[in-house]
Amino acid sequence: MSRAFDILVVGAGPAGIAAAVTAAECGLSVGVVDDNPAPGGQIWRNGAHLPASARRWKMRFEAAPLVRLQGWRIVDRPQPGTVRAQSNDAEFAPDAAARDGADLHYRQLILATGARERFLPFPGWTLPNVIGAGGLDAMVRGGLPIAGRRVVVAGTGPLLLAVAAHLASRGATIAAICEQASAAQIAPLMLNLITQPGKLWQGASYRWATRNSRYLTRCWPVAARGDERLRSVILQRDGKQWTVNCDFLACGFHLVPNTELAALLGCSLDNGFVSAGELMQTSVPGIWCAGEPTGIGGVELSLLEGQIAGLAAAGKTQAAQKLARRRRGALSFVRALGRACRLDSQLRHLAAPETIVCRCEDVPLHALRVHTGWRDAKLHTRCGMGPCQGRICGGATEFLFGWRAGSVRPPLFPALVSTLGGTQAPVVTTSPEETL
Amino acid sequence: MTRVWDAVVVGAGIVGAACARECAAVGLRTAVIDAAGVGGGATAAGMGHIVVMDDSPAQLALTRWSQQLWRELAPELPSEAEFESRGTLWVAADEEEMREVRRRQQLYASAGVPSEILDSRALAEAEPQLRRGLAGALLVQSDAVLYPPAAAAYLMREAIRMGAQMLPPQRVTALAHGRVSLDNGSQLSAGRIVNACGAGATDLLPQLPIRKRRGHLVITDRYPGFVHHQLVELGYLKSAHSIALDSVAFNVQPRQTGQLLIGSSREFGAEDATINHALLRAMIERAESYLPRIGNLQAIRAWTGFRAATPDKLPLIGPWPGDATFCLATGHEGLGITTSLATARLVAAEITGKASEIPAAPYFPARFLDASRLAPAATLYGEAVRG
Amino acid sequence: MAEPESIALTVDEIVVRVSPGTTVAAAALIAGSHTRLSIAGEPRAPLCGMGICFECRVAINGVPHQRSCQILCAPGMRVTTGRELAIR
Repeated sequence: MSRAFDILVVGAGPAGIAAAVTAAECGLSVGVVDDNPAPGGQIWRNGAHLPASARRWKMRFEAAPLVRLQGWRIVDRPQPGTVRAQSNDAEFAPDAAARDGADLHYRQLILATGARERFLPFPGWTLPNVIGAGGLDAMVRGGLPIAGRRVVVAGTGPLLLAVAAHLASRGATIAAICEQASAAQIAPLMLNLITQPGKLWQGASYRWATRNSRYLTRCWPVAARGDERLRSVILQRDGKQWTVNCDFLACGFHLVPNTELAALLGCSLDNGFVSAGELMQTSVPGIWCAGEPTGIGGVELSLLEGQIAGLAAAGKTQAAQKLARRRRGALSFVRALGRACRLDSQLRHLAAPETIVCRCEDVPLHALRVHTGWRDAKLHTRCGMGPCQGRICGGATEFLFGWRAGSVRPPLFPALVSTLGGTQAPVVTTSPEETL
Repeated sequence: MTRVWDAVVVGAGIVGAACARECAAVGLRTAVIDAAGVGGGATAAGMGHIVVMDDSPAQLALTRWSQQLWRELAPELPSEAEFESRGTLWVAADEEEMREVRRRQQLYASAGVPSEILDSRALAEAEPQLRRGLAGALLVQSDAVLYPPAAAAYLMREAIRMGAQMLPPQRVTALAHGRVSLDNGSQLSAGRIVNACGAGATDLLPQLPIRKRRGHLVITDRYPGFVHHQLVELGYLKSAHSIALDSVAFNVQPRQTGQLLIGSSREFGAEDATINHALLRAMIERAESYLPRIGNLQAIRAWTGFRAATPDKLPLIGPWPGDATFCLATGHEGLGITTSLATARLVAAEITGKASEIPAAPYFPARFLDASRLAPAATLYGEAVRG
Repeated sequence: MAEPESIALTVDEIVVRVSPGTTVAAAALIAGSHTRLSIAGEPRAPLCGMGICFECRVAINGVPHQRSCQILCAPGMRVTTGRELAIR
């Protein structure tokens, strides 16, 4: 399959939805590729508890004249102006169209690839039912029953409260909410929120929903216990440790931006984020970036950036500039959030020597310590060589050792060998006879 | 105080690591310098196929000897080196290629390398994933597979155990007359300088007749048992022989992990590490033409690496006439992993002035200088292609 | 959930009934406790829930290495957990 668009949007979270809707409403042909079964990204995933603004945006998205490739992900960039996508069910889908990859041609490309959680290794973190905070939220929205289960929510960032509130509304018992930051570290974020009553109200409603649970700052899990699955968590606060029995530990240490596609396309990165200008333009002409990959700022900022990128990519520069002024004011939240979620250096010592760091290849901490950098460690221990391609262990080794993951190479995600090879053009093979 | 070394090995790839180990073993005060860690260049990019090749009598002699050295070393190798005596199946598509199978079987027998001819049915039984109707294959049982960065790290640990020093990572900026200049402004003083920089050797010695020959590889997720031997089309010989043209060949290797490495491509004139999608496509289609279901497996990564190619397909091992302190150990093209151990023996013999175990002259760099007196590399290639 | 709206699939030959829109990963956890075995043989279950971590891999209809957290259950699906398995 091959499709051409004026504007192609990658990702259908808030930023991607805003970008696609805005661009399509300008009258251009717009395509959206998103790897989840349904639009909404991580934060607007299906299920209860979507705020009214989310429902409005999703309705506009459904109504807009868009070509949607839902459940597809970008795996390669075979040439400038073209990305190659593969369906999640390519290997067992009954129809041939889903089996083959799709080459998507674009004039303008908007990257709204979102963020993932940062995970830190600690003894027992590989046990079943030790899961991301957003991860458990996603699983529950994907049909996992949670009523009557005991959950410890831990890590850092505003996501913890949102997740706890959602799980509580589904009947889970939230045994504890553990925020690694101190109250003093979080306070400036609260002050920042005072200028944004919507967010403050949301935060207060989450805390109200979890009012029966303990909310502990400067607290984190030091070990998860269980045999075939999680049975209990050992929590630590101010040097004191205690055990909490639970069915799930939902644990995420804030977010890591998904910048791999931007890097493959040659976009400049700055300190781990995609460099974007006033109108969300990247360093590569014709490629724009909106939402978390440019800086972790949450839903409101993502919506704003998506609209700016959608307008700018559609050539509506003046309208984009108008919104860009509003964005400037909102950027202080990104900085405040970053400071509030800064990780306590004690968390570097959670993992024991034998604790697995790379889950794909079962590489323990002690094997990594002797290496000088990411690439050296990868070559000699297989850390990051598995199918997640370092997306999970890379976030950990960045914090533990200060390593930055190396160059990005295709396929961006594991892809069928035939898709990597390309499915469109006629076969051009150099036969051995011709090389004689 | 400047420490004086008997030998400074420049480059900590598998060839440099092997040279350091051999130099230390014969009692030379040895240092190794590399801009990065051990085995990060072509050593990390290659397949790790220990293979006997017979492009020329000298190539056969070097690969056969080095393969024996690997087999002797195998029991010492750590598990992460993933040494496996898989054997190579040289796959013949038709009767013409079967004639080549029979010719090589006799040649290998005369060189003491056992091999076995498989007919069409035996090949299908040995490798059911291969397409039907192939003519047969030559099975070379003694060929093996390993994971080169881990093997290089082992060789380096052994070198250090025997007294060699791995110096802190530092880029080498110049080599001449027993002096190795480093990026930080310091110098090393050496009786002999071993240039084991692979395709980067010309950065320090531009007149070497070496050109970068880029290759692509793809690795899959784990599919244990999909194939059992390293599978190479006999056409590979033709493609590897050809010097002038970009080419692809069917070359698939099962790893101990259950993963498959899919190769191969050869390409001149490409200096950067980016993927050439036209060549990648041709390479994958070639693989699919032999293994029709390989396209249904998931690829995890594709990458490129640079072989150090010489005009006559033989490495440059030994003294360099322009500078008596130089000893070269480069130009191995696709056989650096295979021939690293033999290369190191030749280098140690050269430095200590002892007789080598096989004739060393065919690999002397001087063979090019005699013909053309320091002619630019491109001219040498032009002559070789016309010849 | 009313019976006609549920989807029946098998997880390791156990019949599981789920609502439409349920991911294969959720079905796998409903049926048991884990999705894959790590290369050292440890049981693993989903971590990220969003197609990044690859801990949720299962075989679907005999095809290995499928990211179950991003695939929705379909009637008659055969899901196999806990094995690094099988070639087609």
